[in-house]
Amino acid sequence: MSPGLVRYLAGRLLRALLTVVGLVTIVFLLVRLIPGDPVEAILGDQAGPEEKAELRRSLNLDRPIAEQYVSFFGEMLDGTMGTSFRKPDRSVWSLVREVFPYTIVLALAALLVAWFVAIPLGTIAAAQASRAWDKVASTVAVAGLAIPNIWLGPLLILGFGVKLRWLPLPGDDLAGPEALILPAITIGTALAAVLTRQTRAAMIDVLQQQYITAARARGVPSFALLLRHALRNALLPVMTIGAAQLGALLSGTVVTEKIFERPGLGTLFLESFFARDIPVVQGCVLIIAVIYVGVNLIVDLAYGLVDPRVRLS
Amino acid sequence: MSRLRHRLKKTPFGLMIVIAFFVLGVIGPWIAPYDPLMIDLAHEYESPSWTHLLGTGDNGIDILSALLYGARLAAIVGIVVVGISVVIGTILGAWAGYFGRLTDHVITGIADLVQAFPAIVLNIAVLALVARPGLIHLIVALAVNGWVLYARLARAETLSLREREFVEAARALGIPTNQVLRRHVIPNLLGPLVIQATTGLGVVILAESTLSFLGLGPGKAVSWGALLDQGTSVLLRFPHVALFSGGAIALTVLGFNLTGDWLRDRLDPRLR
Repeated sequence: MSPGLVRYLAGRLLRALLTVVGLVTIVFLLVRLIPGDPVEAILGDQAGPEEKAELRRSLNLDRPIAEQYVSFFGEMLDGTMGTSFRKPDRSVWSLVREVFPYTIVLALAALLVAWFVAIPLGTIAAAQASRAWDKVASTVAVAGLAIPNIWLGPLLILGFGVKLRWLPLPGDDLAGPEALILPAITIGTALAAVLTRQTRAAMIDVLQQQYITAARARGVPSFALLLRHALRNALLPVMTIGAAQLGALLSGTVVTEKIFERPGLGTLFLESFFARDIPVVQGCVLIIAVIYVGVNLIVDLAYGLVDPRVRLS
Repeated sequence: MSRLRHRLKKTPFGLMIVIAFFVLGVIGPWIAPYDPLMIDLAHEYESPSWTHLLGTGDNGIDILSALLYGARLAAIVGIVVVGISVVIGTILGAWAGYFGRLTDHVITGIADLVQAFPAIVLNIAVLALVARPGLIHLIVALAVNGWVLYARLARAETLSLREREFVEAARALGIPTNQVLRRHVIPNLLGPLVIQATTGLGVVILAESTLSFLGLGPGKAVSWGALLDQGTSVLLRFPHVALFSGGAIALTVLGFNLTGDWLRDRLDPRLR
Protein backbone atom coordinates (compact mmCIF):
# COMPACT_ATOMS: atom_id res chain seq x y z
CA MET A 1 0.00 0.00 0.00
CA SER A 2 1.22 3.45 -0.83
CA PRO A 3 1.75 5.96 1.99
CA GLY A 4 -1.07 8.12 0.62
CA LEU A 5 -3.51 5.25 0.88
CA VAL A 6 -2.38 4.39 4.39
CA ARG A 7 -2.80 7.99 5.48
CA TYR A 8 -6.27 8.11 3.93
CA LEU A 9 -7.38 4.89 5.62
CA ALA A 10 -5.95 5.92 8.99
CA GLY A 11 -7.53 9.36 8.82
CA ARG A 12 -10.93 7.96 7.91
CA LEU A 13 -10.73 5.32 10.66
CA LEU A 14 -9.80 7.92 13.25
CA ARG A 15 -12.70 10.13 12.24
CA ALA A 16 -15.17 7.25 12.52
CA LEU A 17 -13.79 6.41 15.95
CA LEU A 18 -14.13 10.02 17.08
CA THR A 19 -17.70 10.10 15.79
CA VAL A 20 -18.61 7.01 17.78
CA VAL A 21 -17.00 8.45 20.93
CA GLY A 22 -18.93 11.67 20.30
CA LEU A 23 -22.15 9.70 19.88
CA VAL A 24 -21.63 7.79 23.12
CA THR A 25 -21.02 11.12 24.84
CA ILE A 26 -24.16 12.70 23.39
CA VAL A 27 -26.31 9.75 24.40
CA PHE A 28 -24.81 9.97 27.87
CA LEU A 29 -25.38 13.71 28.15
CA LEU A 30 -28.89 13.56 26.71
CA VAL A 31 -30.00 11.30 29.52
CA ARG A 32 -28.24 13.22 32.31
CA LEU A 33 -28.33 16.86 31.45
CA ILE A 34 -31.70 17.56 29.91
CA PRO A 35 -34.22 18.79 32.49
CA GLY A 36 -36.45 16.08 33.89
CA ASP A 37 -35.37 13.28 36.14
CA PRO A 38 -35.03 9.94 34.35
CA VAL A 39 -35.88 8.17 37.60
CA GLU A 40 -39.14 10.05 37.74
CA ALA A 41 -39.75 9.36 34.07
CA ILE A 42 -39.27 5.65 34.68
CA LEU A 43 -41.21 5.22 37.91
CA GLY A 44 -43.83 7.94 37.51
CA ASP A 45 -45.07 10.32 40.21
CA GLN A 46 -46.45 7.66 42.52
CA ALA A 47 -43.17 5.99 43.48
CA GLY A 48 -41.87 6.30 47.04
CA PRO A 49 -38.52 7.91 47.89
CA GLU A 50 -36.90 4.56 48.73
CA GLU A 51 -37.88 3.07 45.43
CA LYS A 52 -36.47 6.12 43.68
CA ALA A 53 -33.20 6.00 45.63
CA GLU A 54 -32.86 2.32 44.78
CA LEU A 55 -33.26 2.94 41.07
CA ARG A 56 -30.94 5.94 41.24
CA ARG A 57 -28.29 3.68 42.75
CA SER A 58 -28.72 0.94 40.18
CA LEU A 59 -28.47 3.55 37.41
CA ASN A 60 -25.33 5.03 39.05
CA LEU A 61 -27.07 8.38 39.06
CA ASP A 62 -25.97 9.07 42.65
CA ARG A 63 -22.28 9.23 41.70
CA PRO A 64 -20.32 12.21 40.32
CA ILE A 65 -20.94 12.80 36.65
CA ALA A 66 -17.34 12.10 35.59
CA GLU A 67 -17.47 8.71 37.28
CA GLN A 68 -20.81 7.97 35.62
CA TYR A 69 -19.27 8.82 32.27
CA VAL A 70 -16.39 6.39 32.76
CA SER A 71 -18.61 3.55 33.93
CA PHE A 72 -21.04 4.23 31.07
CA PHE A 73 -18.17 3.89 28.63
CA GLY A 74 -17.08 0.72 30.39
CA GLU A 75 -20.53 -0.79 29.94
CA MET A 76 -20.53 0.14 26.26
CA LEU A 77 -17.13 -1.47 25.79
CA ASP A 78 -17.52 -4.66 27.82
CA GLY A 79 -19.98 -6.07 25.33
CA THR A 80 -23.11 -6.04 27.52
CA MET A 81 -24.17 -2.40 27.00
CA GLY A 82 -25.80 -2.48 30.42
CA THR A 83 -28.77 -4.41 31.74
CA SER A 84 -32.42 -4.10 30.75
CA PHE A 85 -34.84 -2.69 33.37
CA ARG A 86 -37.72 -4.82 32.18
CA LYS A 87 -35.72 -8.03 31.96
CA PRO A 88 -33.06 -7.71 34.66
CA ASP A 89 -31.50 -11.04 33.71
CA ARG A 90 -30.80 -9.90 30.14
CA SER A 91 -28.01 -7.68 28.91
CA VAL A 92 -28.96 -5.00 26.39
CA TRP A 93 -26.64 -6.53 23.83
CA SER A 94 -28.32 -9.95 24.04
CA LEU A 95 -31.72 -8.31 23.41
CA VAL A 96 -30.36 -6.35 20.48
CA ARG A 97 -28.57 -9.33 18.97
CA GLU A 98 -31.77 -11.35 19.04
CA VAL A 99 -33.74 -8.97 16.79
CA PHE A 100 -30.86 -7.55 14.81
CA PRO A 101 -30.98 -10.04 11.87
CA TYR A 102 -34.64 -9.20 11.13
CA THR A 103 -33.82 -5.53 10.67
CA ILE A 104 -30.71 -6.14 8.57
CA VAL A 105 -32.56 -8.53 6.25
CA LEU A 106 -35.38 -6.02 5.88
CA ALA A 107 -33.01 -3.15 5.12
CA LEU A 108 -31.10 -5.20 2.55
CA ALA A 109 -34.33 -6.31 0.90
CA ALA A 110 -35.44 -2.67 0.68
CA LEU A 111 -32.12 -1.77 -0.90
CA LEU A 112 -32.55 -4.56 -3.46
CA VAL A 113 -36.04 -3.32 -4.31
CA ALA A 114 -34.67 0.19 -4.82
CA TRP A 115 -31.84 -0.98 -7.09
CA PHE A 116 -34.13 -3.31 -8.99
CA VAL A 117 -36.42 -0.41 -9.88
CA ALA A 118 -34.00 2.48 -10.13
CA ILE A 119 -31.13 1.11 -12.20
CA PRO A 120 -33.13 -0.14 -15.22
CA LEU A 121 -35.52 2.81 -15.10
CA GLY A 122 -32.78 5.42 -14.77
CA THR A 123 -30.77 3.79 -17.55
CA ILE A 124 -33.65 3.69 -20.01
CA ALA A 125 -34.65 7.24 -19.10
CA ALA A 126 -31.13 8.50 -19.78
CA ALA A 127 -30.76 6.54 -23.02
CA GLN A 128 -33.81 8.20 -24.53
CA ALA A 129 -33.87 11.50 -22.69
CA SER A 130 -37.13 13.50 -22.70
CA ARG A 131 -39.24 10.79 -24.26
CA ALA A 132 -41.86 8.43 -22.86
CA TRP A 133 -39.59 6.45 -20.52
CA ASP A 134 -38.06 9.62 -19.21
CA LYS A 135 -41.55 10.81 -18.28
CA VAL A 136 -42.22 7.50 -16.52
CA ALA A 137 -38.95 7.79 -14.62
CA SER A 138 -39.57 11.34 -13.47
CA THR A 139 -43.13 10.47 -12.42
CA VAL A 140 -41.82 7.56 -10.38
CA ALA A 141 -39.24 9.85 -8.83
CA VAL A 142 -41.76 12.50 -7.81
CA ALA A 143 -44.46 10.10 -6.63
CA GLY A 144 -42.02 7.86 -4.78
CA LEU A 145 -40.74 10.76 -2.76
CA ALA A 146 -44.18 12.22 -2.07
CA ILE A 147 -45.86 9.10 -0.67
CA PRO A 148 -44.87 8.83 2.99
CA ASN A 149 -43.97 5.31 4.05
CA ILE A 150 -46.49 5.51 6.92
CA TRP A 151 -49.20 5.68 4.24
CA LEU A 152 -47.62 3.49 1.58
CA GLY A 153 -47.45 0.53 3.97
CA PRO A 154 -51.19 0.49 4.71
CA LEU A 155 -51.97 1.08 1.01
CA LEU A 156 -49.86 -1.92 -0.01
CA ILE A 157 -51.52 -4.08 2.64
CA LEU A 158 -54.95 -3.07 1.34
CA GLY A 159 -54.02 -3.62 -2.28
CA PHE A 160 -51.92 -6.79 -2.26
CA GLY A 161 -52.98 -8.33 1.04
CA VAL A 162 -56.70 -7.62 1.33
CA LYS A 163 -57.99 -7.07 -2.22
CA LEU A 164 -55.69 -9.29 -4.30
CA ARG A 165 -54.73 -11.70 -1.50
CA TRP A 166 -51.33 -12.25 -3.12
CA LEU A 167 -49.21 -11.59 -0.08
CA PRO A 168 -49.47 -12.25 3.64
CA LEU A 169 -51.05 -9.71 5.99
CA PRO A 170 -49.32 -8.26 9.05
CA GLY A 171 -49.33 -10.73 11.90
CA ASP A 172 -49.41 -13.72 9.55
CA ASP A 173 -46.62 -16.25 9.68
CA LEU A 174 -43.30 -14.57 8.99
CA ALA A 175 -41.50 -17.69 7.84
CA GLY A 176 -41.53 -17.25 4.07
CA PRO A 177 -39.65 -14.65 2.08
CA GLU A 178 -42.95 -13.40 0.64
CA ALA A 179 -43.66 -11.75 3.99
CA LEU A 180 -40.68 -9.53 3.27
CA ILE A 181 -41.97 -8.16 -0.04
CA LEU A 182 -44.43 -5.51 1.08
CA PRO A 183 -42.28 -4.15 3.94
CA ALA A 184 -39.30 -3.96 1.58
CA ILE A 185 -41.34 -2.05 -1.01
CA THR A 186 -42.61 0.29 1.72
CA ILE A 187 -39.07 1.30 2.63
CA GLY A 188 -37.52 0.94 -0.81
CA THR A 189 -39.88 3.19 -2.76
CA ALA A 190 -38.47 6.51 -1.59
CA LEU A 191 -34.95 5.21 -2.08
CA ALA A 192 -35.87 4.00 -5.57
CA ALA A 193 -37.06 7.51 -6.39
CA VAL A 194 -33.77 9.08 -5.31
CA LEU A 195 -31.67 6.43 -7.05
CA THR A 196 -33.65 6.68 -10.30
CA ARG A 197 -32.75 10.36 -10.47
CA GLN A 198 -29.13 9.59 -9.65
CA THR A 199 -28.83 6.78 -12.18
CA ARG A 200 -30.35 8.94 -14.88
CA ALA A 201 -28.04 11.86 -14.13
CA ALA A 202 -24.95 9.64 -13.95
CA MET A 203 -25.85 7.86 -17.20
CA ILE A 204 -26.46 11.12 -19.07
CA ASP A 205 -23.08 12.30 -17.83
CA VAL A 206 -21.29 9.14 -18.95
CA LEU A 207 -23.05 9.00 -22.31
CA GLN A 208 -21.54 12.35 -23.22
CA GLN A 209 -17.98 11.11 -22.68
CA GLN A 210 -15.69 10.75 -25.67
CA TYR A 211 -15.06 7.03 -25.21
CA ILE A 212 -18.78 6.45 -25.71
CA THR A 213 -18.68 8.39 -28.96
CA ALA A 214 -15.60 6.40 -29.93
CA ALA A 215 -17.31 3.10 -29.14
CA ARG A 216 -20.34 4.18 -31.09
CA ALA A 217 -18.12 5.09 -34.02
CA ARG A 218 -16.53 1.64 -33.87
CA GLY A 219 -20.01 0.26 -34.38
CA VAL A 220 -20.67 -1.21 -30.94
CA PRO A 221 -24.39 -2.12 -30.86
CA SER A 222 -26.34 0.39 -28.80
CA PHE A 223 -27.54 -2.19 -26.26
CA ALA A 224 -24.02 -3.39 -25.53
CA LEU A 225 -22.85 0.20 -25.49
CA LEU A 226 -25.39 1.04 -22.81
CA LEU A 227 -24.72 -1.97 -20.61
CA ARG A 228 -21.01 -2.70 -21.05
CA HIS A 229 -19.58 0.74 -21.60
CA ALA A 230 -21.87 3.26 -19.96
CA LEU A 231 -23.74 1.57 -17.10
CA ARG A 232 -20.59 0.08 -15.57
CA ASN A 233 -19.10 3.51 -15.11
CA ALA A 234 -22.31 5.19 -14.07
CA LEU A 235 -23.10 2.60 -11.40
CA LEU A 236 -20.33 3.42 -8.95
CA PRO A 237 -21.91 6.61 -7.61
CA VAL A 238 -25.33 4.95 -7.56
CA MET A 239 -24.34 1.82 -5.68
CA THR A 240 -22.58 3.93 -3.10
CA ILE A 241 -25.45 4.55 -0.77
CA GLY A 242 -25.07 8.01 0.64
CA ALA A 243 -25.35 8.82 4.31
CA ALA A 244 -28.78 10.40 3.93
CA GLN A 245 -30.19 7.36 2.16
CA LEU A 246 -28.81 5.00 4.77
CA GLY A 247 -30.48 7.12 7.44
CA ALA A 248 -33.76 6.94 5.56
CA LEU A 249 -33.34 3.18 5.27
CA LEU A 250 -32.83 2.75 9.01
CA SER A 251 -35.62 5.19 9.92
CA GLY A 252 -37.81 3.32 7.46
CA THR A 253 -37.29 0.04 9.28
CA VAL A 254 -38.56 1.58 12.55
CA VAL A 255 -41.81 2.67 10.90
CA THR A 256 -42.24 -0.41 8.74
CA GLU A 257 -41.67 -2.87 11.54
CA LYS A 258 -44.55 -1.22 13.36
CA ILE A 259 -46.89 -1.23 10.35
CA PHE A 260 -46.20 -4.86 9.48
CA GLU A 261 -45.88 -6.02 13.10
CA ARG A 262 -42.43 -7.41 12.50
CA PRO A 263 -39.79 -8.02 15.16
CA GLY A 264 -36.61 -5.99 14.84
CA LEU A 265 -34.46 -3.22 16.18
CA GLY A 266 -37.19 -0.61 15.62
CA THR A 267 -39.80 -2.65 17.47
CA LEU A 268 -37.42 -3.25 20.36
CA PHE A 269 -36.59 0.46 20.39
CA LEU A 270 -40.24 1.55 20.54
CA GLU A 271 -41.24 -1.10 23.08
CA SER A 272 -38.38 -0.07 25.35
CA PHE A 273 -39.30 3.56 24.85
CA PHE A 274 -42.85 3.04 26.04
CA ALA A 275 -41.71 0.86 28.91
CA ARG A 276 -39.13 3.51 29.90
CA ASP A 277 -36.40 0.90 29.64
CA ILE A 278 -33.68 3.54 29.30
CA PRO A 279 -30.65 1.21 28.97
CA VAL A 280 -32.24 -0.59 26.04
CA VAL A 281 -33.26 2.72 24.43
CA GLN A 282 -29.66 3.91 24.80
CA GLY A 283 -28.38 0.64 23.39
CA CYS A 284 -30.69 0.80 20.35
CA VAL A 285 -29.75 4.41 19.63
CA LEU A 286 -26.07 3.55 19.82
CA ILE A 287 -26.31 0.43 17.70
CA ILE A 288 -28.21 2.28 14.99
CA ALA A 289 -25.69 5.13 15.11
CA VAL A 290 -22.74 2.73 14.98
CA ILE A 291 -24.25 0.92 11.96
CA TYR A 292 -24.66 4.29 10.33
CA VAL A 293 -21.10 5.41 10.99
CA GLY A 294 -19.74 1.94 10.17
CA VAL A 295 -21.46 1.63 6.80
CA ASN A 296 -20.36 5.13 5.84
CA LEU A 297 -16.82 4.20 6.80
CA ILE A 298 -16.86 1.01 4.74
CA VAL A 299 -18.29 2.83 1.73
CA ASP A 300 -15.65 5.56 2.04
CA LEU A 301 -12.81 3.07 2.41
CA ALA A 302 -14.00 1.02 -0.54
CA TYR A 303 -14.25 4.17 -2.57
CA GLY A 304 -10.75 5.20 -1.55
CA LEU A 305 -9.41 1.81 -2.66
CA VAL A 306 -11.20 1.88 -6.00
CA ASP A 307 -10.84 5.53 -6.91
CA PRO A 308 -7.43 7.16 -6.27
CA ARG A 309 -8.86 10.67 -6.67
CA VAL A 310 -10.80 10.33 -3.41
CA ARG A 311 -7.61 9.89 -1.40
CA LEU A 312 -6.17 13.19 -2.53
CA SER A 313 -9.08 15.40 -1.60
CA MET B 1 -64.28 36.66 -11.95
CA SER B 2 -62.37 35.93 -15.12
CA ARG B 3 -59.29 37.58 -13.65
CA LEU B 4 -59.54 35.37 -10.62
CA ARG B 5 -59.87 32.35 -12.85
CA HIS B 6 -56.86 33.47 -14.84
CA ARG B 7 -54.85 33.93 -11.65
CA LEU B 8 -55.92 30.47 -10.44
CA LYS B 9 -54.87 28.88 -13.70
CA LYS B 10 -51.40 30.36 -13.33
CA THR B 11 -51.05 29.27 -9.71
CA PRO B 12 -49.09 26.03 -9.59
CA PHE B 13 -50.78 22.97 -8.13
CA GLY B 14 -48.32 22.67 -5.25
CA LEU B 15 -48.84 26.25 -4.14
CA MET B 16 -52.62 25.76 -4.18
CA ILE B 17 -52.25 22.80 -1.83
CA VAL B 18 -50.00 24.83 0.47
CA ILE B 19 -52.42 27.77 0.55
CA ALA B 20 -55.39 25.47 1.16
CA PHE B 21 -53.45 23.76 3.94
CA PHE B 22 -52.70 27.01 5.77
CA VAL B 23 -56.22 28.39 5.27
CA LEU B 24 -57.70 25.18 6.68
CA GLY B 25 -55.16 25.25 9.49
CA VAL B 26 -56.44 28.69 10.51
CA ILE B 27 -60.19 28.34 9.95
CA GLY B 28 -60.44 24.53 10.23
CA PRO B 29 -61.61 24.36 13.83
CA TRP B 30 -64.42 26.87 13.07
CA ILE B 31 -65.76 25.07 10.02
CA ALA B 32 -65.36 21.58 11.48
CA PRO B 33 -68.84 20.05 11.74
CA TYR B 34 -68.14 18.22 15.03
CA ASP B 35 -65.86 18.33 18.04
CA PRO B 36 -63.04 15.97 16.99
CA LEU B 37 -62.92 14.41 20.45
CA MET B 38 -66.67 13.83 20.71
CA ILE B 39 -67.33 10.20 21.54
CA ASP B 40 -70.23 8.54 19.76
CA LEU B 41 -69.91 4.82 20.32
CA ALA B 42 -73.10 4.01 18.43
CA HIS B 43 -71.53 5.24 15.21
CA GLU B 44 -67.99 3.87 15.42
CA TYR B 45 -66.07 3.28 12.18
CA GLU B 46 -68.88 4.26 9.83
CA SER B 47 -68.15 4.67 6.13
CA PRO B 48 -68.53 8.15 4.61
CA SER B 49 -72.11 9.43 4.56
CA TRP B 50 -73.93 12.78 4.44
CA THR B 51 -73.84 13.13 8.23
CA HIS B 52 -70.13 12.25 8.37
CA LEU B 53 -68.58 13.23 5.04
CA LEU B 54 -65.39 11.23 5.58
CA GLY B 55 -66.91 8.68 7.95
CA THR B 56 -66.12 8.09 11.60
CA GLY B 57 -63.18 6.56 13.39
CA ASP B 58 -62.18 5.23 16.77
CA ASN B 59 -64.90 5.99 19.38
CA GLY B 60 -67.09 7.39 16.61
CA ILE B 61 -65.13 10.61 16.12
CA ASP B 62 -65.86 12.54 12.91
CA ILE B 63 -62.83 12.10 10.63
CA LEU B 64 -63.32 15.32 8.65
CA SER B 65 -63.33 17.33 11.89
CA ALA B 66 -60.29 15.46 13.19
CA LEU B 67 -58.43 16.17 9.94
CA LEU B 68 -59.30 19.88 10.14
CA TYR B 69 -58.02 20.14 13.71
CA GLY B 70 -55.00 18.05 12.73
CA ALA B 71 -54.18 20.55 9.98
CA ARG B 72 -53.85 23.22 12.65
CA LEU B 73 -51.47 21.10 14.73
CA ALA B 74 -49.39 20.25 11.68
CA ALA B 75 -49.25 23.93 10.66
CA ILE B 76 -48.23 25.07 14.15
CA VAL B 77 -45.56 22.40 14.55
CA GLY B 78 -44.28 23.03 11.03
CA ILE B 79 -44.02 26.80 11.35
CA VAL B 80 -42.56 26.82 14.87
CA VAL B 81 -40.01 24.07 14.21
CA VAL B 82 -38.91 25.51 10.88
CA GLY B 83 -38.82 29.01 12.41
CA ILE B 84 -36.58 27.91 15.29
CA SER B 85 -34.42 25.80 12.98
CA VAL B 86 -33.92 28.61 10.46
CA VAL B 87 -32.98 31.15 13.14
CA ILE B 88 -30.55 28.88 14.97
CA GLY B 89 -29.20 27.37 11.77
CA THR B 90 -28.65 30.74 10.09
CA ILE B 91 -26.82 32.23 13.07
CA LEU B 92 -24.60 29.21 13.66
CA GLY B 93 -23.99 28.71 9.94
CA ALA B 94 -23.11 32.38 9.40
CA TRP B 95 -20.72 32.27 12.38
CA ALA B 96 -19.07 29.10 11.11
CA GLY B 97 -18.65 30.51 7.62
CA TYR B 98 -17.59 33.99 8.67
CA PHE B 99 -15.18 33.25 11.51
CA GLY B 100 -13.81 29.95 10.18
CA ARG B 101 -11.10 28.15 12.20
CA LEU B 102 -12.16 26.87 15.62
CA THR B 103 -15.72 28.25 15.45
CA ASP B 104 -16.20 26.49 12.15
CA HIS B 105 -14.72 23.23 13.42
CA VAL B 106 -16.92 23.18 16.52
CA ILE B 107 -20.16 24.03 14.71
CA THR B 108 -19.50 21.72 11.77
CA GLY B 109 -18.47 19.00 14.22
CA ILE B 110 -21.74 19.26 16.13
CA ALA B 111 -23.67 19.26 12.86
CA ASP B 112 -21.83 16.13 11.73
CA LEU B 113 -22.58 14.41 15.02
CA VAL B 114 -26.28 15.24 14.88
CA GLN B 115 -26.38 13.88 11.35
CA ALA B 116 -24.67 10.69 12.46
CA PHE B 117 -28.06 9.67 13.87
CA PRO B 118 -30.94 8.88 11.57
CA ALA B 119 -33.31 11.81 12.22
CA ILE B 120 -36.19 9.83 13.64
CA VAL B 121 -33.98 7.88 16.04
CA LEU B 122 -32.60 11.12 17.46
CA ASN B 123 -36.13 12.53 17.81
CA ILE B 124 -37.29 9.46 19.71
CA ALA B 125 -34.17 9.56 21.89
CA VAL B 126 -34.98 13.14 22.89
CA LEU B 127 -38.65 12.33 23.53
CA ALA B 128 -37.60 9.35 25.66
CA LEU B 129 -36.28 11.79 28.24
CA VAL B 130 -39.60 13.22 29.33
CA ALA B 131 -42.33 11.39 31.19
CA ARG B 132 -45.25 12.59 29.08
CA PRO B 133 -44.20 14.10 25.74
CA GLY B 134 -46.25 17.19 24.95
CA LEU B 135 -46.30 19.71 22.12
CA ILE B 136 -43.25 21.60 23.44
CA HIS B 137 -41.18 18.43 23.67
CA LEU B 138 -42.20 17.43 20.17
CA ILE B 139 -41.08 20.82 18.86
CA VAL B 140 -37.77 20.64 20.72
CA ALA B 141 -37.15 17.09 19.48
CA LEU B 142 -37.76 18.12 15.88
CA ALA B 143 -35.64 21.27 16.16
CA VAL B 144 -32.67 19.33 17.60
CA ASN B 145 -31.80 18.08 14.14
CA GLY B 146 -33.84 20.57 12.12
CA TRP B 147 -31.25 23.37 12.30
CA VAL B 148 -28.43 21.38 10.69
CA LEU B 149 -29.69 21.73 7.12
CA TYR B 150 -30.02 25.51 7.39
CA ALA B 151 -26.66 25.83 9.16
CA ARG B 152 -24.90 23.99 6.32
CA LEU B 153 -26.62 26.14 3.74
CA ALA B 154 -25.88 29.40 5.60
CA ARG B 155 -22.26 28.37 6.13
CA ALA B 156 -21.68 27.58 2.46
CA GLU B 157 -23.23 30.86 1.33
CA THR B 158 -21.36 32.88 3.96
CA LEU B 159 -18.04 31.40 2.86
CA SER B 160 -18.48 33.01 -0.54
CA LEU B 161 -20.11 36.21 0.76
CA ARG B 162 -17.19 36.80 3.12
CA GLU B 163 -14.87 37.33 0.17
CA ARG B 164 -17.15 39.74 -1.68
CA GLU B 165 -16.20 43.41 -2.02
CA PHE B 166 -19.12 44.91 -0.11
CA VAL B 167 -18.41 42.76 2.92
CA GLU B 168 -14.71 43.52 2.75
CA ALA B 169 -15.55 47.22 2.41
CA ALA B 170 -17.78 47.07 5.48
CA ARG B 171 -14.98 45.40 7.38
CA ALA B 172 -12.44 47.94 6.17
CA LEU B 173 -14.69 50.78 7.35
CA GLY B 174 -14.39 49.37 10.84
CA ILE B 175 -18.01 48.30 11.22
CA PRO B 176 -18.31 45.89 14.16
CA THR B 177 -18.42 42.22 13.18
CA ASN B 178 -21.91 41.72 14.59
CA GLN B 179 -23.25 44.50 12.43
CA VAL B 180 -21.45 43.22 9.33
CA LEU B 181 -23.12 39.87 9.86
CA ARG B 182 -26.54 41.32 10.59
CA ARG B 183 -26.62 44.01 7.91
CA HIS B 184 -24.52 42.60 5.10
CA VAL B 185 -24.24 38.84 5.37
CA ILE B 186 -27.48 37.44 6.79
CA PRO B 187 -29.86 39.43 4.52
CA ASN B 188 -28.09 37.90 1.54
CA LEU B 189 -28.64 34.40 2.89
CA LEU B 190 -32.41 34.72 3.01
CA GLY B 191 -33.20 33.74 -0.58
CA PRO B 192 -31.75 30.22 -0.49
CA LEU B 193 -32.97 29.78 3.10
CA VAL B 194 -36.58 30.55 2.13
CA ILE B 195 -36.45 27.94 -0.63
CA GLN B 196 -35.00 25.38 1.76
CA ALA B 197 -37.55 26.26 4.45
CA THR B 198 -40.47 25.61 2.09
CA THR B 199 -39.36 22.05 1.46
CA GLY B 200 -38.39 21.90 5.13
CA LEU B 201 -41.99 22.56 6.20
CA GLY B 202 -43.07 19.43 4.36
CA VAL B 203 -40.27 17.46 5.99
CA VAL B 204 -41.25 18.63 9.48
CA ILE B 205 -44.95 17.97 8.92
CA LEU B 206 -44.08 14.45 7.79
CA ALA B 207 -41.80 13.97 10.79
CA GLU B 208 -44.56 15.14 13.15
CA SER B 209 -46.99 12.73 11.51
CA THR B 210 -44.48 9.91 11.72
CA LEU B 211 -43.77 10.49 15.41
CA SER B 212 -47.51 10.73 16.15
CA PHE B 213 -48.01 7.57 14.11
CA LEU B 214 -45.47 5.80 16.30
CA GLY B 215 -47.41 6.96 19.36
CA LEU B 216 -45.00 9.72 20.37
CA GLY B 217 -47.13 12.71 19.47
CA PRO B 218 -48.53 15.26 21.90
CA GLY B 219 -50.99 13.40 24.10
CA LYS B 220 -54.34 15.10 23.75
CA ALA B 221 -54.02 16.95 20.47
CA VAL B 222 -55.66 15.56 17.35
CA SER B 223 -52.98 14.73 14.82
CA TRP B 224 -52.99 13.18 11.38
CA GLY B 225 -50.33 10.69 12.32
CA ALA B 226 -52.24 9.45 15.38
CA LEU B 227 -55.39 9.11 13.25
CA LEU B 228 -53.41 7.11 10.68
CA ASP B 229 -52.13 4.91 13.50
CA GLN B 230 -55.71 4.16 14.60
CA GLY B 231 -56.65 3.61 10.96
CA THR B 232 -53.81 1.15 10.44
CA SER B 233 -54.87 -0.93 13.43
CA VAL B 234 -58.36 -1.40 11.90
CA LEU B 235 -57.11 -1.37 8.32
CA LEU B 236 -58.53 -4.74 7.34
CA ARG B 237 -62.09 -3.91 8.43
CA PHE B 238 -62.38 -0.12 8.08
CA PRO B 239 -59.83 1.08 5.52
CA HIS B 240 -61.34 4.55 5.12
CA VAL B 241 -59.72 5.91 8.33
CA ALA B 242 -56.17 5.16 7.12
CA LEU B 243 -56.95 6.19 3.53
CA PHE B 244 -58.16 9.69 4.42
CA SER B 245 -55.66 10.52 7.16
CA GLY B 246 -52.69 9.18 5.19
CA GLY B 247 -53.98 10.95 2.09
CA ALA B 248 -54.02 14.27 3.95
CA ILE B 249 -50.39 13.78 5.00
CA ALA B 250 -49.25 12.70 1.53
CA LEU B 251 -51.04 15.55 -0.24
CA THR B 252 -49.63 18.18 2.12
CA VAL B 253 -46.06 16.87 1.84
CA LEU B 254 -46.42 16.75 -1.95
CA GLY B 255 -47.67 20.35 -1.94
CA PHE B 256 -44.66 21.64 -0.03
CA ASN B 257 -42.23 19.65 -2.19
CA LEU B 258 -43.72 20.99 -5.41
CA THR B 259 -43.79 24.53 -4.05
CA GLY B 260 -40.16 24.28 -2.97
CA ASP B 261 -39.15 23.12 -6.46
CA TRP B 262 -41.24 25.87 -8.03
CA LEU B 263 -39.67 28.56 -5.82
CA ARG B 264 -36.20 27.23 -6.60
CA ASP B 265 -36.86 27.48 -10.33
CA ARG B 266 -38.18 31.01 -9.99
CA LEU B 267 -35.87 32.52 -7.39
CA ASP B 268 -32.54 30.86 -7.98
CA PRO B 269 -30.92 32.79 -10.85
CA ARG B 270 -28.25 30.12 -11.25
CA LEU B 271 -30.85 27.70 -12.57
CA ARG B 272 -32.14 30.01 -15.27
